Amino acid sequence: MKRFLPFVIVGIVAIATLGSGAMLYHSKRQSLAAIPATKVLAVTSGAESPHIRGNPDAQVTLEEFGDFQCPPCGQFAGFTEELLKEYDSRLRIVFRNFPLSAHEHAREAAIAAEAAGIQGKFWEMHDTLYREQANWSKAPNAREMFESYAGTIGLDVDQFRKDVDGEKAKERVDSDQARGESLGIKLTPSLFINNQPLDQKDKNPEGVRSAINSALEQKSKSGA
Amino acid sequence: MTVSRFRNILLIVAAIISLVGLADATYLSVQALTGETLSCGGSPDCFRVLGSSYAKVGRVPVALIGATAYFCVFAFSIFAAFGYTRARKLLIPLIGAMFMATLWFLYVQAFVLHAYCRFCLFSAAITFLLAGLVIALPSSART
Repeated sequence: MKRFLPFVIVGIVAIATLGSGAMLYHSKRQSLAAIPATKVLAVTSGAESPHIRGNPDAQVTLEEFGDFQCPPCGQFAGFTEELLKEYDSRLRIVFRNFPLSAHEHAREAAIAAEAAGIQGKFWEMHDTLYREQANWSKAPNAREMFESYAGTIGLDVDQFRKDVDGEKAKERVDSDQARGESLGIKLTPSLFINNQPLDQKDKNPEGVRSAINSALEQKSKSGA
Repeated sequence: MTVSRFRNILLIVAAIISLVGLADATYLSVQALTGETLSCGGSPDCFRVLGSSYAKVGRVPVALIGATAYFCVFAFSIFAAFGYTRARKLLIPLIGAMFMATLWFLYVQAFVLHAYCRFCLFSAAITFLLAGLVIALPSSART
């Protein structure tokens, strides 16, 4: 029996490791649903007023669920500027908040961006938050930094403070998050191109360009 | 305490420590495979390290190679504790290679990426502990 014991111990550990690894993988791997017709972006409906960059009537919509404290989201923000130049009027980018609970200041940052949005400067705050991510992410009191950014981008800082404490910005963040959760989002950035989820493995410049090009081809075939 | 008993205790301690390393490396492997962003208390340093080109060999995450190495250390330690001489012989070069790889990754974090990943530092500490245990093995166990 003793002869076989090491084989049994090593076998049990191998099975336990593979099993727990597989369980962890399945629990973390996100399986995204396509955006259902009832939730498709409707700029003119007034039901939702998403943050849009680029041509509002573009053929292709890239909808991003992002977290201001997530480093890949920061990298992706820089890449979206390249995409907008490259595709010009054919592409619009929509940003949705999806602050992850693991990131200490992510929700505060999302609320700050929405508070800036109330004064019409969402994208200015969006860009500043990503540019300064490394600084405020480690700050014990990120809110003070957000207020200084508000001043830098020309917001009325007193109003900004009120909006950060108010319900409107929070509701907006909660609404985006609920939308993301209903689509199965667990990770950021999560991307949808013309309402179809982009696979994790395609979340790179080549993959995103390829998906946009396919969406453009489909649109031109369908004559839209 | 006899030499063989002392040696077996060290091998079992090495097996237990390698299990901790295996858990750490398995977690990092899953993160790498799912594409999830690791956060180290809100710091972007983990991402800088684990998202860098140094975190993969070809398309294989380094963490997965690490997990395999820790599993091998566990298996060899258990077999060695049960008297399999060949396992003992394999344990020393394996931990030596892990030690060298750890030094390389510490250099990369300190001087190339200028960012430290806590999970990687934890793994480095475990490898150093394993190296210390191998050095402490009675010489008869090393041959």
